[in-house]
Amino acid sequence: MTMEQALPRYTDASGRSGRKAVTARALRRDPRTEPGPVRWIVIGLAVSFLSVFVVLPLIVVFAQAFGKGIGAYLSALADPEALSAIRLTLCVAALSVALNLVFGLVAAWAIAKFEFTGKTVLISLIDLPFSVSPVIAGLVFVLLFGAQGYFGPWLQANNIHVLFALPGITLATVFVTFPFVARALIPLMQEQGTQEEEAALSLGASGLQTFFRVTLPNIKWGLLYGVLLCNARAMGEFGAVSVVSGHIRGETNTMPLLVEILYNEYQFVTAFAIASLLAMLALVTLVVKTLLERRLDEGQGS
Amino acid sequence: MTIEVRNLVKRFGAFAALDDVDLRVAKGELLALLGPSGSGKTTLLRIIAGLDWPDAGEVLIDGQDVLTRGAGERHVGFVFQHYALFRHMTVFENVAFGLRVQPRAVRKSEQEIRARVKELLDLVQLDWLAKRYPSQLSGGQRQRIALARALAIRPRILLLDEPFGALDAKVRKELRTWLRSLHRELDVTSIFVTHDQEEALEVANRVVVMDKGRIEQAGTPGDVYDNPATAFVHSFIGESIVLPVEVDDGCVRLGDKVLNIAAERGSSGPSRLFVRRHDMQVGPSGWGGLEGTVRRVRTFGPIQRADVALPGAQGETLIEIDAPRDRDLRDGDIVGLQPRRYRIFAGRD
Repeated sequence: MTMEQALPRYTDASGRSGRKAVTARALRRDPRTEPGPVRWIVIGLAVSFLSVFVVLPLIVVFAQAFGKGIGAYLSALADPEALSAIRLTLCVAALSVALNLVFGLVAAWAIAKFEFTGKTVLISLIDLPFSVSPVIAGLVFVLLFGAQGYFGPWLQANNIHVLFALPGITLATVFVTFPFVARALIPLMQEQGTQEEEAALSLGASGLQTFFRVTLPNIKWGLLYGVLLCNARAMGEFGAVSVVSGHIRGETNTMPLLVEILYNEYQFVTAFAIASLLAMLALVTLVVKTLLERRLDEGQGS
Repeated sequence: MTIEVRNLVKRFGAFAALDDVDLRVAKGELLALLGPSGSGKTTLLRIIAGLDWPDAGEVLIDGQDVLTRGAGERHVGFVFQHYALFRHMTVFENVAFGLRVQPRAVRKSEQEIRARVKELLDLVQLDWLAKRYPSQLSGGQRQRIALARALAIRPRILLLDEPFGALDAKVRKELRTWLRSLHRELDVTSIFVTHDQEEALEVANRVVVMDKGRIEQAGTPGDVYDNPATAFVHSFIGESIVLPVEVDDGCVRLGDKVLNIAAERGSSGPSRLFVRRHDMQVGPSGWGGLEGTVRRVRTFGPIQRADVALPGAQGETLIEIDAPRDRDLRDGDIVGLQPRRYRIFAGRD
């Protein structure tokens, strides 16, 4: 809804429309908005801030990536080390999204549909990964699964590799990206309540039928929204993954980690080529997010 | 199908939503559960439907104990206050839902489902809306679709939670009449919950008045209006004048004035006198047991309503009376009052 629709139109005492010349002069200017110069300064500040801090860096990334031509760009991406990083990142993101899809759905379900003691604590805990520095998140797993950690000796005895391997990287990523799905679903499910599920049950549907035919269709756009953000963060995560990865070349480097390593080795084209992939992921995420938000708004209207 | 509820108790923490409730609903009845919010009427309905469980007591449908069965196995049609239509399904799919989720062994063919849905949409006179989504319907239309959906599974009993609560006055009136005739046509035992006494008295065959988790009175609409069993029913149904009186062995006093009405023998102590507004007769000054000053007169069609101030030890009490239009009442008149019909209930709260 625009401002125009939200506010009643001005009418004078006799109820005639405010568009009449006499009334318009009496009002001088539209009282619903700021004077012209103020508006332009505010808009100008916002736009120039965004240009310098967001648009400019994006351009720089692509400029650097294609600095030595498209051939160099493509061969940089075809490098085995780069390919391995891309593969690992996709794998970690897929695992984290799948796990958080389940965890997030369960947490949101518990919060939105049941009353229990400690609910507020659970809600705050869901936000914990947002408020904790990712480095700490990574360290927690080192303390748990490292050689000197609680489970370290047992893991070593059984020859299970968690740290400096796929499981550790996935765990750290799951921790950091956990809130996205749950956060997207909780308000949606709270707003929808339990009446439709109750209606389905009283019409003879089983629990599974109710979930797949009623609950899931109602939250699918919110779920996709959460998955999208979760995926973007999982692919871009640096801090937590950096602590647990071990930086084994060609094995445990994800894309963000490889970008840093290559950059430190002055391999700018390769570094920025991989960075450009992450930037493109961000742009795609942004577009899809906008589309999903529109769907969600429509859903709210019904 | 008959419904029988025995000694039902339901608590939410320290709050007793249902406090030892007994209720029998005969086959084909259209029963109204009437009460203020928090009286436990919706809880009772939800327990019968299987959407809530009691802490103690029994629920029998057609003589069978149903508490061990889930909501889906009770074959109860439930219409929710806010309709609870499936927002992502068309009207057709909403009505078809109950048929589509049946176990494969008894599920009808697609053709039979289509025929049944068509028949139900015809019944609620909304077949032209089959392809719409719930968000595209008006409140009254949603309500009728919710009813069609509940009827699709051929329920043994029909339960409606505040069926007209969210509708505007005009649609409400139409739907009331429509529900009555539909009930006559289907002859399915039905219970509906309402806080609107007019709705209960007009639609139901029998009215059950509830307050604070207990049944205060059950009877025909005429019965609960004319012979309220408790002070609560008297003040909840219809408008009443309530006066604090002192009863002393059958003699009724208001302040230091003795009223020439009789209380039941043997009763005494502080009590309340209940009189319907139109049962308070108005006469000239000196007539009747009460006297007061007319404060404000306004007219509503065939009646005129007046505020009358009764003098008392602790200042004056203002009561509202209804008098026929032909009585000429003016502000400042001193009038005599005499209740034609009245009830006296012991206690003051």
